[in-house]
Amino acid sequence: MSTLATRVRPVRTTGPRVARSEWAKLWSLRSTWITLGLGLLFLVVVGTIAALQYRSSANSGQPMDPDFAGATTYSLALFGVTFSLIAFGVLGVLTAAGEYTTGMIRSTLAAVPKRLPVLWAKAAVYGALAFVTGAAGALLAFVVSSAVLSSTSVAMSLSDAGVLRGLLGVGVYLGLVGVIGVALGSLLRSTAGGISAVVGAFLLVPGLMSLLPKSWRADLTPYLPSNAGESIFALQHSTGSLSAGAGLLVLLGWTALALAGAAYRLKKADA
Amino acid sequence: MIEARQLTKRYGDKTAVDGVDFTVRPGAVTGFLGPNGAGKSTTMRMIIGLDAPTAGTVTVNGRRYAEHSAPLHEVGALLEARSIHPGRSAFDHLMVLAHTHGIGRARVTEVIEMTGLQAVARKRAGAFSLGMGQRLGIAAALLGDPQTIMLDEPVNGLDPEGVLWIRTLLTGLAAEGRTVFVSSHLMSEMALVADHLIVVGRGRVLADTTVQELVLQAGGDTVDVTTDDPAGLRRVLTGPGVEISGRPGSEQLSVTGLPARAIGLAAARHGIALFELTARTVSLEEAFMELTKDSVEYHAANTLVGAA
Ligand SMILES: Nc1ncnc2c1ncn2[C@@H]1O[C@H](COP(=O)(O)OP(=O)(O)OP(=O)(O)O)[C@@H](O)[C@H]1O
Ligand SMILES: [Mg+2]
Repeated sequence: MSTLATRVRPVRTTGPRVARSEWAKLWSLRSTWITLGLGLLFLVVVGTIAALQYRSSANSGQPMDPDFAGATTYSLALFGVTFSLIAFGVLGVLTAAGEYTTGMIRSTLAAVPKRLPVLWAKAAVYGALAFVTGAAGALLAFVVSSAVLSSTSVAMSLSDAGVLRGLLGVGVYLGLVGVIGVALGSLLRSTAGGISAVVGAFLLVPGLMSLLPKSWRADLTPYLPSNAGESIFALQHSTGSLSAGAGLLVLLGWTALALAGAAYRLKKADA
Repeated sequence: MIEARQLTKRYGDKTAVDGVDFTVRPGAVTGFLGPNGAGKSTTMRMIIGLDAPTAGTVTVNGRRYAEHSAPLHEVGALLEARSIHPGRSAFDHLMVLAHTHGIGRARVTEVIEMTGLQAVARKRAGAFSLGMGQRLGIAAALLGDPQTIMLDEPVNGLDPEGVLWIRTLLTGLAAEGRTVFVSSHLMSEMALVADHLIVVGRGRVLADTTVQELVLQAGGDTVDVTTDDPAGLRRVLTGPGVEISGRPGSEQLSVTGLPARAIGLAAARHGIALFELTARTVSLEEAFMELTKDSVEYHAANTLVGAA
C-alpha cells in the first residue's frame, strides 16, 4: 500500500486559513445551530410577546400596567436582548472551552503551534457571526413589533431617528458579548466556569451593585459591561448613563481585558 | 529528524522527563520504549510544543516545532490523550485541520481511505470505537504529508488486522525516507517494526541502541549446559570473569562469561560428557525488563516485594 500517495502542495498556515478553520469548526457542531437559533428566537419571540402584551393592555381601557411606563416600540421590541445575550455568551464559551473539555485543543494547537492566531480567529469569526445574527434578530424583532403596535400611541417605524443605528448597536453588543464568552471560555478552560462567569458579569454583578454605598453606585454602574453595552443601543440617554460611543468604548475595554487574560494563559500554560 | 538536548519537564516536584538527549533519524522506525510513567507521552507533547520544556530544547528538522510555517507538514502526531471533539464527524474533524494549512478536500478523502474510515467518515467521532478513534488520529497525523510521523502507542485498541496495518504503514513510511517515531511499552511489538530503540525509565534514557544490540547487552551471553558431572565441569570452567550457577544435585548449569564453543572444548579436553549445550537467547521482552527493572515506577503488588 502506498502510504502518502499524493504529495500535498506546499502548505502554510496563515491568519485567514486559521479563521477558515474556526468557521468550519463552528458549523460542524450541532450546538452552534441550536444555541444561535435560541439566541435569535429569544430576540424575536420575547420582543413580540412584549409588544402583544402592551397592545392588549393599551386596548383594554384599564389603566396602563406600570411596567410599561415609558415604553416605546423600540424598547418593547428589544425586550429579549438580555435573554439572547445569555445564548450568545454561552455559545462563545462553548466554542472556546469545548476545545479543552473534549481534548480537541491538542489537535488545534498541533496545527497552529503559535497558538495566539487561534484565539484571534475564534474571537473574530464568532464575534462577527454573533454580530450579524444579533443585528438581524433585532431588526426582525423591531419589524414584527412595529407591525403589532402600528395602531397604538407608541407606534414607530424603521425610518425614525436612531432606530437603524440602534438595532445595529444591538448586534455590536451581542457580538462583543460573544467575544467575551470566547475569551472567558478560553481563559477558564471549563464550560461551567465560563458560563458562570458570563452570567455573573452580565446578570449578577448589576444586582450586586445595590450592596455598594449609594455614591459609588452611581459612579460605577454605568461602566459595568451590561450597562455600557445597553448604552450602545439605547435611543434615549438619561443623565446617569454613558453615550453610545462611550458605552462602546467601555465594553471594548472589557472585551480587550478578557482577551488579554485569555491570550496570556494560552501562551504561557501547557495545553 | 528530531533532536532533544537536555530536555527536561517538571510538574511541581515530579520530574517527568529528566535531561534527556536523543536524535531520531529519518529513514528508519525508531521505537520509544519505557514502562508506565517513564515520560514518553510527555516527551512527545514537548516535541510538538503542547507542553513547554522546563529546561533544554527539542527541535524538529532543525527548528522548534512552532517556528515552522507549515507545522502539519513537518510532524504528524498521534497523541495518547483524546484530541477530537466527539460532536464532529471524522470528515469534518479532518477538514477543520486541513483548513489551517490550506489542504484540500481531496487529501482529506485520501487519508480517510488510507485509514479505512470510509464507512464511518460522516458519523460523529464520539460514537467511534477505540480502534476507529485511533485510525482517525492516524488519518489526522498523515494529513499534512509530514516528513516526521510521531505516534504515541498507535496499536492501542486496534484489532490484529489493524496492528498489521500499522506495522506495514510504519515500515512503508520509513522506507520513503521519513522519520518515524513510535512509542510503546510492548517490546515484542517494537521488535517487529523498529530499527532503532530509545528506552526510557523514570524520565531518563536507559538505552539508545538497535534491537540486536539490546538483546546482546541484556545477558545474551549465558549458556545452559547439562552434564553428568556438574561438579567436575564447574572445576574445569572456573576462572576470572566466569560465573556458574546451578541448583545442587541438578545436572544443569548456567554459565556466563564463556562462549558455548569454549565450554564444549574444555569439557571434551577433560572427558566430561555433555547432554546439552545451548547459548541462551534472551527474548526482547526479557531484555527490556532487565534494562528497566530499576526504573519501573508502578509495580504490581506482587513484584513490589521483590523489587523493594
Ligand atoms: N500534566 C501533568 N501533570 C502532572 N504530572 C504529569 C502530567 N503529565 C504527566 N505527568 C507525570 O509525568 C510522568 C510521566 O508521564 P508520561 O505520561 O509521560 O509517561 P508515559 O511514559 O507516557 O507512560 P505510559 O506508558 O503509561 O503512557 C508520570 O509520572 C505522570 O504522572
Ligand atoms: Mg504515555
